[in-house]
Amino acid sequence: MSAVIEKIEIYEKNKTTWTHLDALESEAIHILREVAAECNNPALLFSGGKDSAVVLHLALKAFFPETLPLTLLHIDTEHNYQEVLDFRDRVVKRNNLKLVVRSVGESIRQGRVRLRYEDEPRNKYQTTTLLDAIREHNFDVCIGGARRDEEKARAKERIFSFRDEFGQWDPKNQRPEIWNIYNTRVADGENIRAFPISNWTELDVWEYIQREEIELPEIYFTHQRDVVIKNNLLVPVTTLTPAKEGDDIRRMSVRFRTVGDITCTAPVASTAATIEAILLETAQTQVTERGATRLDDQTSEAAMELRKKEGYF
Amino acid sequence: MSMNNSINVSGLLRFITAGSVDDGKSTLIGRMLYDSKNLQVDQLTAVEASSKKRGMKEVDLSLITDGLLAEREQGITIDVAYRYFATPARKFIVGDSPGHLQYTRNMVTAASSADLAIVLIDAESGVKPQTRRHLYLVHWVGVSHVLFAVNKMDKVGFSEDVYQKIERECVELAQSIGYSKIHSMPVSALDGDNITSRGDRLSWYEGPTLLEYLEQAPTVQDFSHLPFRFSVQRVMRLNRQNIQVNSGFDGADLRGYQGLVVSGEVSVGDEVVISPGGHRAKIKSILGASRRFIDSALPQESVTLFLDQDYDVSRGTLFTDVNNPMLSSNEFNAELCWFDEAPLDLSRTYLMKQMSKATRVRLEAINELVNVETLERTANHLSMCMNDIGQVSLKTQTALSFDSFKSNQGTGAFILIDEVSNRTVAAGTIQ
Repeated sequence: MSAVIEKIEIYEKNKTTWTHLDALESEAIHILREVAAECNNPALLFSGGKDSAVVLHLALKAFFPETLPLTLLHIDTEHNYQEVLDFRDRVVKRNNLKLVVRSVGESIRQGRVRLRYEDEPRNKYQTTTLLDAIREHNFDVCIGGARRDEEKARAKERIFSFRDEFGQWDPKNQRPEIWNIYNTRVADGENIRAFPISNWTELDVWEYIQREEIELPEIYFTHQRDVVIKNNLLVPVTTLTPAKEGDDIRRMSVRFRTVGDITCTAPVASTAATIEAILLETAQTQVTERGATRLDDQTSEAAMELRKKEGYF
Repeated sequence: MSMNNSINVSGLLRFITAGSVDDGKSTLIGRMLYDSKNLQVDQLTAVEASSKKRGMKEVDLSLITDGLLAEREQGITIDVAYRYFATPARKFIVGDSPGHLQYTRNMVTAASSADLAIVLIDAESGVKPQTRRHLYLVHWVGVSHVLFAVNKMDKVGFSEDVYQKIERECVELAQSIGYSKIHSMPVSALDGDNITSRGDRLSWYEGPTLLEYLEQAPTVQDFSHLPFRFSVQRVMRLNRQNIQVNSGFDGADLRGYQGLVVSGEVSVGDEVVISPGGHRAKIKSILGASRRFIDSALPQESVTLFLDQDYDVSRGTLFTDVNNPMLSSNEFNAELCWFDEAPLDLSRTYLMKQMSKATRVRLEAINELVNVETLERTANHLSMCMNDIGQVSLKTQTALSFDSFKSNQGTGAFILIDEVSNRTVAAGTIQ
């Protein structure tokens, strides 16, 4: 009798400390382990952004204390903030990870990608470089940090998202994904994109970064930067995006909510120097993450869907 | 039920919308997000622009979840869209699912991870065949809680008589399918009556608003009182060469079993049965997601278990409660739902995936198919086509350990994969 009571007490104690972040973490670890167990050669897409930093952290936990049974892959636009590259290299070195970098610049020099004009944003051209890297290394699955709350096409995507031999996503014909039983099977040349943090929101990600004390590139926190305001977005003045004649350059306190190609990622006005302050801003924001920061999503109503159909992340 | 995706804490409710085409599922979600101030400025601006582009006078709230080009072209929902929102009371994950027969499998995908289903009924036309199909499948896939929302009350003059007639029909239908507790309410998703506020046109209705209801609905199933079941996802073999830097592990040879506690709980020192094989071993230690050793693990927790003895353990092996063994057989019956355009071929084998175990399976017989409109069951079928559901007999290549889906959803569920096309062609619940 006493044994039974004791057991219940332990359960009650544990249950009160089990939070929604624990549940999200457990789900993500389950997904990462399915990938490692069922796929031959998985890659983890690592850009140095906050979502991929969270996914990497989850992977280190999922396989702890074993080294990662996967390769990190960075599809480099060569339009990066140096802080992000430094962070990437620091994390790789500290954890002794295997990193493959393939750059859009290289694809351009090889003639695989043709820009319409110099310094054109390179986000969408990452697709070519990514598909080439998948072929070169024979990756059968690429783990990504995409979240369903980011964008309306992503809101539709499965956790294990099948891509055909041309890398294409067919949103009208996705595999059913029932309960937590995942179909990871692909034929040669085909690919799965696995999204372990599909069900996380921007707020969840920041709460988790706070709880786990995950390191991020400095530009996620407030800093002074020259910007020009265009269409309600803060366009940073950089060597790649110099100010034009007549631009009203302002020096502002800003931080980045997302990190991507310099030429199409905008910071937001912010004085948040700590994660606590970022959490407060995230809870109160009136604009979505991509809406406030991505110039390339606003070119058409279905920019993300069209990119994904071509093989984008 | 929430076996999928493991999110099962009281502060979070996962729900879906179900029901026939044009009964207003996407509009309902859009209305709820809009009225509860869960839409961001840029999302609203985009939807306003899209509505205008399509020549509409007012904002089309269904465009909020219908995010695909093809959906917007046709004004329908093709696949489930997940939305995340919160009120001061709790967080919500909502799956807005399609009503068309053709996309039934996408509704099932959404329902398989939901605690609750809102089944929409058009007040003008009442229960439709697809309403019956959805309700049947929502129950089959394990959603234990349904709410009928009788929508478009504005079209029937907010008539209490109309509502009550439909409510009676719904209660009868739900009971015949197997639901005991059934709730319903009148709403107008288009105008917002009884979604987040009551309005004054449904004065005869005395229950909660839809949002109030969702804020208080139970986030169902607690798997902690079920017998312990753990499915090995991956065997970790540690040696000096594959240890993370600064992990604190010294490189001694060690075998750990990574996986998910499917049900029940487990503590250090507990004796478990290893299945297949039937050997017994004790839990030597439990490594949690925290990267620390913990004394016990909860259902749906991803952990690494270490045993006090080495037996043959590989992916798909189960550790179970010594006092509550699982059933084990290579022949069993299941209620199967067929998803694929290519019909079931009795002469072929398929790949069956149950938790982390994969095995080849042959369908020995289709015992009966269910007519989901009449609930009649008929025998003598030679194949199953897309959206067919019925009882089948299966035979697996290797013996399978399982519980009935009724007693344990985690261990009683499986999917079938076509080994040639690699498509997920069916899902089943073991009887």
